[in-house]
Amino acid sequence: MEDDRKRTRRDFLKSIGALGGAAAFGGILTRKSFADEKAPIKIGFIVPLTGPYGTEARDQEAGATLAVEEFNTKGGVLGRRIELFVRDDKLNPAESARRAQELLEKEKVHMIAGSIGAHTQLAMNEQCKRAKTIFMSTSASNEITMAKDVSPYTFSEATNLYIITQAVGEWAFKNLGKKWFILAADYGFGWQTTEGFRAIGKKMGYVEAGLINHPTGTTDYTAYFPKIIAAQPEVLLLCNFGKDQLNSVKQVHEFGLKKKMKVVCPLLVITARHEAGDEPFEDIHGGATFYWEMADTIPTAKAFVNGYRKRWGRPPTDMAGYGYSGVKGLLSAVQRAGDVDTKKVILKLEGHTYDHYKGKQWMRAWDHRSMQDIVVLGSKTAKERTGEWDVFKVVEVQKANDKQERSPDVLGLKEGVPLSRML
Amino acid sequence: MLGIPFNILVFQVFTGLVLGTIFILLAIGLSLIFGLLTVVNFAHGAFYMWGAYAALLCIGCFGNFWIGLIVVPVALGIAGMVVEYALIRRVYGLNPDYPLLLTFGLSLIMIELVRMLFGTTGYPFNVPALLKGSINFFNLFSFPAYRIFVIAVTAAVIASLWLFLEKSNIGLIIRGGTRDSEMVKALGIDISRIWLLVFGIGTGLAGLAGILAAPMRGVYPEMGIAMLVECFVVTVVGGMGSLKGAVVSGLLLGQVVSLSCLFAPAMSNIVIFIAMAFVLLVRPSGLFGVSGLLE
Repeated sequence: MEDDRKRTRRDFLKSIGALGGAAAFGGILTRKSFADEKAPIKIGFIVPLTGPYGTEARDQEAGATLAVEEFNTKGGVLGRRIELFVRDDKLNPAESARRAQELLEKEKVHMIAGSIGAHTQLAMNEQCKRAKTIFMSTSASNEITMAKDVSPYTFSEATNLYIITQAVGEWAFKNLGKKWFILAADYGFGWQTTEGFRAIGKKMGYVEAGLINHPTGTTDYTAYFPKIIAAQPEVLLLCNFGKDQLNSVKQVHEFGLKKKMKVVCPLLVITARHEAGDEPFEDIHGGATFYWEMADTIPTAKAFVNGYRKRWGRPPTDMAGYGYSGVKGLLSAVQRAGDVDTKKVILKLEGHTYDHYKGKQWMRAWDHRSMQDIVVLGSKTAKERTGEWDVFKVVEVQKANDKQERSPDVLGLKEGVPLSRML
Repeated sequence: MLGIPFNILVFQVFTGLVLGTIFILLAIGLSLIFGLLTVVNFAHGAFYMWGAYAALLCIGCFGNFWIGLIVVPVALGIAGMVVEYALIRRVYGLNPDYPLLLTFGLSLIMIELVRMLFGTTGYPFNVPALLKGSINFFNLFSFPAYRIFVIAVTAAVIASLWLFLEKSNIGLIIRGGTRDSEMVKALGIDISRIWLLVFGIGTGLAGLAGILAAPMRGVYPEMGIAMLVECFVVTVVGGMGSLKGAVVSGLLLGQVVSLSCLFAPAMSNIVIFIAMAFVLLVRPSGLFGVSGLLE
C-alpha cells in the first residue's frame, strides 16, 4: 500500500511538472522546467494516517503537500525538484522509528518532518539524531525542546500545551473569573494542561476550587458533576481532548453546568466541534494556533487559506498549518543555505524569523522552538454560522513572545546559546 | 456522610442510576443470549453502535427521534436474526472458542463497515426537543429530563421482558431451554426458532441502548468497544444467563462507579473490576448465576 502511495505521489508530482510546462504563465515557468540531471530534494513526512488522529494527520499531509507543490511550480529549490515521502506510523512509536529508519536508509531522505503524538515524535527524533538528520516536529509537545531530547537536529514548528494554556488561562482569568475547577484526563495531555493552567493561575492569583483526574476514555462524566457543582467555581477547565472532550462537553451542556459556570477547553478543533453539534459548544472558549478567519487580517494567512481551499476544497486547520509551515520552513532554509548540507541548513533555521501563514514567527536558536501567536476562540451559535466551516470566532490573539514558554532553567538549556554549538 | 451534603449525594445516586440503566439494557441481551445459546456475543458492542447509527439514519429520513425509538430496536433485532441464521447457527455445539472468535471477527467487520460508510469521525446527535431542559427535584438538585426518560424506558423494558419470560408460553420455553435445551428438544419443540428469537431480542435491546445513549455520549464507530467490556463485567457479576442478575448488578455497578467518582475519581474505571473480583471470590458464578453453565 505504501508503495502505491509513493508511486501516485511521484506520478502526481511529475504531472505537476508537466502542467507547469504547459501553463501559459509567461516565460518563467516554461524556462524553469526541471533539469533531469539534478537529483530531487527528498523530504520524509511521517504522520498517523490510520488511528484516532487520522483526520488531523490527513490535514497535516495536505498542508505539507501544498508547500511542496508551491515550491515545485516555482521551479523547485536550487533548481531541484522536491519529493515528499509520506508514511503512516499508526500512532505507534515503534512504527515511527521503523518508518524513519526506512526513509533514512532506503529512500535516503534529506530531512524528516511530521508527527502527531508525544511518543511517536520522540521516536522519530531519536532516529534522526542518530542519523544526524534534521527533524522538524509538527506535534505540540512540552518534552521535545527539553535538554533530554532536544539536539542540534531537532526543531519544533508546533508550539506546546504549556504555551497554549498560558494564553488561554490569562484570557479566562481576565474575562471569565478567577475561581477555577479543573477536570483533567489522567494522562500526558491532562497533566500538562493542568500544570500550564496552574502556572498561569498562580501568576494571576487564582483560586483552585478543585481538581478531578478522570481516566482516559471515560464515556460518562455526569458522576463528576455533583462535586463540581458543589464547589461553585466560576470557571470549569476541561483538560481533555478528542472523544473525552466530546463526551464531557456534551454532558456539561446536558446538565446545564454552563448556566452556573463558564467552561474553557485548552484546545478547540473543528472536527470535535462538528461531531458535538452547535449547542453543546455554545459559550465554550478554548485555544488554537490557527483559525482560517485569520485570513481577514493577515496577508500570509489569506494567501495560505486561498491556496489551500483551491487545492483541497476546504479551509485549513491548525494541523494543516503545522504541516505546511514545517515543510516550507525546511525548504526555504535549504534555499537560503544554497545547499542541502545538514549543518548549513541548521544554521539557516536557527534564529530565523518568518511569516508563512499566520503572522510573525521565529525559531529560537537555543531551544529550536517556533514562537508564534496563540488565539483564543469562542464557538459560534447555529444562528451566527454561515456555513459548514464557519464554527468559531477569534476572541483574542496573544502575540508571540518569549515569556510564554517555560524558563531556560526548566528546559535545562542556556538562553542565548545556539544548539548548533553542540555540533 | 463524610461531610458531603445530602443533595449532592442524592444527585450522585441519580447519575449512577442512569449509568446503570445503559449497563442493564446491554447486559440483559448478553445474558439472555449466553443463557440460552451459550454464545458469548463479542459483537454486542458493535450492535449497540449500529443502533446509534441506525438512529442517525432514522432521524435523517423521518426527522423524528420517536419513530427511531420503535424502528431502531426492530431493525437491529432483524439484523441480529440474520446474523444468527447465517453465521452463528453454524458453530453451535462446537468448542466455545468458535462462536467467540466468530462474533469477535464480526464486531471488527461491523466497526470497519461503519468507518467506510460514515467516516472515522463521529456525528452530532441532539436530545429530542420534547425532552430538553431539566426537572427540579424538591429544590435539592435538577436533573436532565432526557435522563429521567431513559430510566423510565429501561424500567418499562425490564418489566415487559419479565412479563414475557415469566407469563408467556414462549417465555416458558426460553426458560426451559436455558435449563436444559436437550429436554426441550425432546418435548418436540423446534428450539432453533427460539434461538433465533432470543438472539434477535438481545441485539434489539443493544440497538435500543444505542439510540438511548446517542444523545448523551455521541455517535462514533468505536463507541461500543469500552461499553462491551463494562457490560461483560455487569453480566459476570450478576451471573451469566440471569435476567435478575443483570438488572441487580447493573444497578449496583452503576452506583459503585458513580460513588467512586465522588470519593476516588481516578479509580472510577477500575473499581468495577475490583467489585467483580470481590463478587467472584465469594460467589464464583455471580450473584444470581447457576453454576456449571460454562463447563
